[in-house]
Amino acid sequence: MITVNALSKRFGKVEAVRAVSLSAPDGRITGLLGPNGAGKSTTLRMLATLLRPDSGEAIVDGQSTTTSPIEVRRRIGVLSHASGLYPQLTARENILYFAELHGIDRQQARSRVSELAALLEIEEFLDRKTKGFSQGQRLKTALARALVHGPRNLILDEPTNGLDVMAVRNLRALLTRLREQGHCILFSSHVMQEVALLCDEVVVIAQGRVVAAGTIEALRSQAGEPTLEDAFVKLIGTAEGLN
Amino acid sequence: MRGIFTVFRKEFVENLRDRRILLSALVFGPVLGPLMLAAVLQISVSRGEATFEKPMTLPVIGAEHAPNLIATLEAQDIKVEPRTFNEQQIREAIATREITLALRIPPDFAERWARSEPAAVEIFADSSDQFGGDASADRVSRAIRAYSRQVSQMRLVLRGVDPVSTMPVVIHDIDVSTPASRASFALGLLSYLAIFAMLFGGMYLAIDATAGERERGSLEALLTAPMPRPHLIYGKIAATTAYMLISMALTLTACAVALNYVRLEEFGMSLSMGPLATLKLFAVSAPLAVLGAGLLTVVASFTRSFREAQSYLTFAISLPTLPLVFIGVLRVEPSPLIMSTPSLSQHFLMMKILRGEALATPDLLYSAGASLLIGGILCWFAGRLYEREAILG
Repeated sequence: MITVNALSKRFGKVEAVRAVSLSAPDGRITGLLGPNGAGKSTTLRMLATLLRPDSGEAIVDGQSTTTSPIEVRRRIGVLSHASGLYPQLTARENILYFAELHGIDRQQARSRVSELAALLEIEEFLDRKTKGFSQGQRLKTALARALVHGPRNLILDEPTNGLDVMAVRNLRALLTRLREQGHCILFSSHVMQEVALLCDEVVVIAQGRVVAAGTIEALRSQAGEPTLEDAFVKLIGTAEGLN
Repeated sequence: MRGIFTVFRKEFVENLRDRRILLSALVFGPVLGPLMLAAVLQISVSRGEATFEKPMTLPVIGAEHAPNLIATLEAQDIKVEPRTFNEQQIREAIATREITLALRIPPDFAERWARSEPAAVEIFADSSDQFGGDASADRVSRAIRAYSRQVSQMRLVLRGVDPVSTMPVVIHDIDVSTPASRASFALGLLSYLAIFAMLFGGMYLAIDATAGERERGSLEALLTAPMPRPHLIYGKIAATTAYMLISMALTLTACAVALNYVRLEEFGMSLSMGPLATLKLFAVSAPLAVLGAGLLTVVASFTRSFREAQSYLTFAISLPTLPLVFIGVLRVEPSPLIMSTPSLSQHFLMMKILRGEALATPDLLYSAGASLLIGGILCWFAGRLYEREAILG
């Protein structure tokens, strides 16, 4: 469960995020939708404790990102924008490294990796060096890395970027399965169809502000538009940066 | 603590698989170090020989006026080349580097000689010529002076005077240098090589762990690990330190082995570089590795890419090593200040070990203490850098 209360962040003169509030409940997939530069990544980075908010706070399972960032990090799995892996390590070693950083003992970490490998269907390349992996393989490995400590909350920043159609389908199936297991999933995207297909709840963000939130159905009626696309364009106020 | 060790082990293992890093840490110093050392020794030895025994040619004008003098010169490997220049031509020939020097014997030489009057000869040379003209002129004038002394003594004997009475004071030059102190230049080179190889051995790891991590995009994920951020960077610095120590240990060992094959004693030099001395060399320079690793990590943390880091770190490495090149020339004496200056203090301690001298405890404490203190401050600073948001780039 992630709750965000009036989070703000400015970089010099640029107000990247202005008083963003949202809530992502367990067992739901919440989509953060907005055009490029709307403040999605900055919001997620603050949730991941990578950035410190200027004001407001985010609460993850009752822990504040500002006062107890390490407790928050135990409770979240983060898939960052660039799913960087260590090229000289195998996929398994990449995942095990993060298990160890989370303080999971070796025995437990090994069985956890086997579990995740089955779930994400990565057994085939698990013991290959990640140098030369395809985008899809990299994403799955990074996802396993983010899930290795069994976090209840999953934060994904533009996870479908650079993936082919099959990989996107796989990711979708996987996120649906994680939702069924009761995880709280928050992901950002600027691809409307993706959000429409996957999300239970949508938070529309533009120019650092939340402009609308709710189920897709609710958003459509709120905007008074018959199609999703028209509804989003109306909510955001411009068609720029959407696709 | 456990987190630091996890990061350390991962960096250590991962970089062991990177060919570039492995090459710089394990091959550069240990292989090139002894080779450079041997080459420099060889050059300095052969240059020492060159100034003396090499035969030289001497253009002489008017050689026919002093056949005995010419014979004496020829006997000393100075090959005489008769010329017929006037003074103007001599000056031009030296200016155009056709010849480096010339000896002119005036026509009245034999006449004055016969009358026991001072017979003049002239040596033309360019004293600003660094390529041998000056040194050759010296050699010729020494030879002529010796000949002149010899003749004057013979003349005294002929007149019934004991030549010894003309030498009220005699100077004996006594060379107190030991074979070890004559090897001092080679020693300086060895300490420079060891320290350079050490820093270079950790350079690529320092880059990879900081700028590389960010460039690959793995930094964000790493920073979401549930541990204090400074611990992450302490682990990385520890891995860099380990690579530096390994690199230096291998370089010192390789140099010790190589020096067994160079018979320095034949050149009047000796180095004590047995197993115990090698171990001591390693021990006194090890604290510098902590400082080096901290320094390179801090510098690399400010850079935005692997490439940028590489150019800055190459410069950062020369900072502690360059002074060592000049230190031998400057004749700096070890003082408490110098002994608390990192890299200089290690250099002096290594020199002492190689010369087989005893090490003073205060020197050891100053040297290790200062390096570890500054190293510690740099590590702390690196930790602070990773708490800044700007580290995400």
